[in-house]
Amino acid sequence: MVMEIVCPAGTPASLRAAVTAGAHTVYCGFADETNARNFPGLNFDRAEMREGIAFAHDHGAKVLIAINTFPRAGDEALWHRAVADAESCGADAVILADLGLLDHAARHHSGLRRHLSVQAAAANADAVNFYADTFGVKRVVLPRVLSVQEIAAINAETDVETEVFVYGGLCVMAEGRCSLSSYATGLSPNMNGVCSPASHVEYHDDKGVLDARLGGYTIHRVQKGEPAPYPTLCKGCFSAGDKTGHLFEDPVSLNAEQLIPQLQKAGVTALKIEGRQRSRSYVAQVVRNFRAAVDALEAGLPMPEGMLARLSEGQAMTTGAYKKTWR
Amino acid sequence: MELTVGPNQFFWSADAWTSFYQDLAAAPVDRIVLGELVCSKRLPFYQDRIPDAITTLLGAGKDVALTSLALVTLKRERKLAGELVGMGVEVEVNDLTALAHLPQGAPFSVGPLVNVYNEGTISWLAGRGATRICLPPELPLASVATLARAGADLGVIVEVWGHGRLPLAISGRCYHARMHGRTKDNCQFACEDDPDGLDVLTLEGQPFLAMNGVQTLSDSHACAAYQIDALRDAGVGALRLSPQSRGFDTICGLYRQLLDGDVDADHVTDAIGRIDPNTRLSDGFLTGARGVDWSGKAAHP
Amino acid sequence: MSDPSQQIPQLPAVLVFPLRAMPLAPLSMSLTAISRSIARRHPGLFRRLGEYCHTRYVLDPTDLPFVIVLDPGGGAPRVALTRGRGDGTARIAGSLAALLGMVHGAYDGDALFFSRDLVIEGDTSAALALRNAIDDAELDLSQEIARLCGPMQGPLRRFVALLERQSGVSLTRAAEGTAW
Repeated sequence: MVMEIVCPAGTPASLRAAVTAGAHTVYCGFADETNARNFPGLNFDRAEMREGIAFAHDHGAKVLIAINTFPRAGDEALWHRAVADAESCGADAVILADLGLLDHAARHHSGLRRHLSVQAAAANADAVNFYADTFGVKRVVLPRVLSVQEIAAINAETDVETEVFVYGGLCVMAEGRCSLSSYATGLSPNMNGVCSPASHVEYHDDKGVLDARLGGYTIHRVQKGEPAPYPTLCKGCFSAGDKTGHLFEDPVSLNAEQLIPQLQKAGVTALKIEGRQRSRSYVAQVVRNFRAAVDALEAGLPMPEGMLARLSEGQAMTTGAYKKTWR
Repeated sequence: MELTVGPNQFFWSADAWTSFYQDLAAAPVDRIVLGELVCSKRLPFYQDRIPDAITTLLGAGKDVALTSLALVTLKRERKLAGELVGMGVEVEVNDLTALAHLPQGAPFSVGPLVNVYNEGTISWLAGRGATRICLPPELPLASVATLARAGADLGVIVEVWGHGRLPLAISGRCYHARMHGRTKDNCQFACEDDPDGLDVLTLEGQPFLAMNGVQTLSDSHACAAYQIDALRDAGVGALRLSPQSRGFDTICGLYRQLLDGDVDADHVTDAIGRIDPNTRLSDGFLTGARGVDWSGKAAHP
Repeated sequence: MSDPSQQIPQLPAVLVFPLRAMPLAPLSMSLTAISRSIARRHPGLFRRLGEYCHTRYVLDPTDLPFVIVLDPGGGAPRVALTRGRGDGTARIAGSLAALLGMVHGAYDGDALFFSRDLVIEGDTSAALALRNAIDDAELDLSQEIARLCGPMQGPLRRFVALLERQSGVSLTRAAEGTAW
């Protein structure tokens, strides 16, 4: 069966662009802190979600709604309402991370398909099967800390579908288990749906030398003409001992396009593209590329050469943890 | 309020490890969680010392638990998670993989690296057998209070990160190895040289983080000394102190005196500053705009 | 990899030169009228701006001798051209082709930023909100211009097409994704 391409949509225009470009599935979120891309100007109100889902369904595509932050104590109703509205809007599944919310959805919305968000960081077959057995999760988005061999090992021990990231931003830390951002800015992926938020970013351009600060910490400096990465904490430039550099990760983005055949052999069901914060032109371009790749694979043709370098962060690519030497 | 000593996050020699837990037998703390949290490759160096340490601590009247790893990916790590259950002491779950190995209804505790952010999650964990939950350090005081109330209703003791460098992130990649140009599989135990983590500075030389193998910690030591009354009022049942290589017995004593009302927070922070004048303190996750913020005065004596 | 800055066209000096002495007030008024028309036809754009719908933006086409100061006015926008740096909470600078290409979905804003074809100063969050709101609106500025001119729209559209060919600047909405 052809591998499913799961594409990001930060706006209704991106959703339409992704579907038109050949996405099998689109994922998106409501415009509040229930989703992990709670960025200014992004996401869907209820009416937009309903219309977006109708558009996708008319074109034979599915829509998944990410409700993948961790509900705030005393305020769980906002998250419960998001799950209920996802169901009434006609979503094909919700993507959840929080134990309490999974339990709530399993008990009160048993007919709504549940996927496990990468934010839950289920990194082995025991954890994957635990979520499936306990909350009826049908698909798990695997964290970006695993090698292709480890993904194959997980699939050998579970009936749950697996989805893996193949393109876009790359977390080097186990997702959903990182408080770097809230330590430096007070806002975190888990609680607020943002990481290294733009509201705490300052750029300072001094005769072409560009400094980037996050929460007052200078974590990037590039010379004139060099690519300017966004100051995400784990990709910042630091010093320790006698070393200075990108101690955690270089400002690269993930591109596992050439590993698609291996991921298929490893039993992966769906390929996920990161980037709900990116433009509709980016989404359409990346979707078209990956759709061509999986169609070629299905037809027994070689993988098309990648053309996506220019869209990437810092304009350098990595296959990340999928190759074991990354560690 | 009880004092819990969390699992040592760093890589210490087996002898240093043993003497640390021997000393703890006499420390004014109630509960000790030990075992390997961060990296399974460290475990063979002191694994055989664990049973004796457990015996000593139990003999001294301490409540003892064993932690799971924080991130389980390898087959032998999964096996390890399964074996914890048979060790005869309570398991502190720091990765839900360990939960998958616990028999339904068996009591367990939950560590700060499991995402417990709301009442629904506490309630589900209590139903599964959780008796004590140390909350994630990034939670603000308002959430702590709500969760402590929920815990009380469910018979779950709620614990809060009280002192020590904050565990901010865990990865599949080893940063110590990467810095030395090695892969994780051939790390040559580079993290052993930094018994409290390796300081990570910004481009302007500002201390910011600490590197500890696959783990990233805060530069600052969290210190809840100024929030004790608020935490107690909220119904928090225990304060967690995280091991450090220097002056930890002093730190245990200081927090005990603080909880007993024998000294005030200023006294505690002054004394912490005397252990190491370069210690920077933070309590921003509880009360500040961001985690690194500090509500007290500078920790210099 | 090719240098992206060589791929994004700069306005030819011969087109720019006459603009130096041109009075800016009439153009400001026309642009305000166009932006009001856009506001009427795309109310979602201002809803998306959220807390930034009263934030003043400076858009700086670096190959033109003026900057564009945009005040969204909560849905009743005002546009003023001014020489010098202009005054605003967030500043987005790049060649006219980069700025218009982003509006028209021909270029991706993040990619332009990473390659430094786009420079953001001031409130980064406000700049992102504007970028995302405009991206969702799927604007076509030449159509918006033409819409205002009634009987003139045929000739104006031909003029815009000519200008696009001459300058390489994207004045109409890209067919999705083709520009890459």
